[in-house]
Amino acid sequence: MAEIGRLNRARGARPWQAAVTLVRVAIVLGALVAWQLLAISGWLYGEVVPALPVIGAALVKLLCSGDFYWNLWVTVYEVAVGLAIGGFSGLVVGLVLGANPFIARAYEPYLYYLGPTPKIIFFPVMIMWFGVGGGSKIAMGALSCFFPIALNVAAGMRQIDQVLIRVGRSFRANPWQMATKIYLPAMRHPVINGLRLGLGVALIGTLLAETKLSKYGVGSLVMDAYARFDMPRMYAILIVLFALAIGANALVSHFGRLDDIKQK
Amino acid sequence: MSAVTLTARRVLPPLVGFGSFVLILVAVEILIRAGAINRFIVPPPSEVAASFGRVIAEENIWRRFAFTAWECFAAGVLLTVFGVLIGALLHRVRVLRLACETWVAAMASAPLVLLYPLLLVMFGRNALTIIMMAFISGLAPVILKTIEGLSSTRRVLLNVGRSFKLTPSQQFWKILFPSALPAIFVGIRLGLIFALINVVGVEFLINFGGLGQLINELAERYDLPGTYAAICFVVLVSVVFFATTERAERWLRSAG
Repeated sequence: MAEIGRLNRARGARPWQAAVTLVRVAIVLGALVAWQLLAISGWLYGEVVPALPVIGAALVKLLCSGDFYWNLWVTVYEVAVGLAIGGFSGLVVGLVLGANPFIARAYEPYLYYLGPTPKIIFFPVMIMWFGVGGGSKIAMGALSCFFPIALNVAAGMRQIDQVLIRVGRSFRANPWQMATKIYLPAMRHPVINGLRLGLGVALIGTLLAETKLSKYGVGSLVMDAYARFDMPRMYAILIVLFALAIGANALVSHFGRLDDIKQK
Repeated sequence: MSAVTLTARRVLPPLVGFGSFVLILVAVEILIRAGAINRFIVPPPSEVAASFGRVIAEENIWRRFAFTAWECFAAGVLLTVFGVLIGALLHRVRVLRLACETWVAAMASAPLVLLYPLLLVMFGRNALTIIMMAFISGLAPVILKTIEGLSSTRRVLLNVGRSFKLTPSQQFWKILFPSALPAIFVGIRLGLIFALINVVGVEFLINFGGLGQLINELAERYDLPGTYAAICFVVLVSVVFFATTERAERWLRSAG
């Protein structure tokens, strides 16, 4: 019976799937055609809405230039170091908060309410502390990703099955062993989710800092294109940037889900 | 005895938290006065506290606050109207929802604020750029929560509507919408938080408007205590905003 149900569902899903694909293609094509018509019509300044072939050419030119990859490398490096620093400190703070209810009630409200404040306003302070170079961008990335990771780890730790913790205790595991053998494996989902959120905000923090004050990095490339009013190049950079950001986000969530399947 | 312990348990942690906060400030003050921390990098907390009055009096802080609040309000109205409309549309047309929901979810996690140079070209360096940026950043959560709220309406309620032969519009306004309202409010609150973050952030980045611009200006004047005071003020404003909307949400949920 269950098999038949599954078959029926599959058969039912297929026409939906075809329609969904059709709608998606229609939306994308419609948007592209509308864009192209807008570009040709001249209602807006031609520079603001460049024709599709112009953007395509700028995209090819961007992807073929070594300069872009060098700047991309600078940004990736800054985000990675920021994520490592902010992520590690977030993990440690989250573990401490999750393990001790007293400390959590004393300090977690501060993290909880500071979490959603705009981080970019700390940039002037970071410039004074770490200089105008890469240091302040790394600091922005670290500061941005610290909060979601710490809060997710703390929340994840409180959800752990108490039985697992008692097993660890009865084996007389020391704090390090408890952390690496019991806590971290049992809470990999909230940790990965925190990491995904952290990656997103670290990317935003670093790139915004680069647009504000920087000589290198993808953020400075965007501002460079803005200053020279090279709109096709700006669109090309933004397209690549969004593709990379959404791709990185999908990759991290994919790892989270992969884990799930293995568990089953 | 137990009542005393209970109170101690409830009061002690916040006290310890606040106490350590004050202790850190005192330690920083002492370290700066002893010369261990450069006062031209970190101004003494006492100077920052003293400059609060100056910043409030000399920098038109209430006018700036009103300007930022107005931008947030405008973005909030836009994202409520468009978010709920788009959410309702996606809920009504199933094929559209299947096609677009993952796109909206991807939009929610994309670094949308990086579009601000583009909006700067389109709308110029004015409030419209800031409002549009906040609107775009806060739209996705409103859409997603609207869909979630509408589609989690209890089947019984829908059947009651059907048995009363309600027209589709009556079914929407009398059953679906009221039942989805708590979830929609959660979405609007998330959207408003994103909007506030983006309004202040873009004000700072493009040096225009209210509180964000104030920080940028004070930093460019190299007025260190003023910069720190302004940052504290903005953090305070966003914390108060965050806490009030959270209260309102809890109240709405208990009332519903």
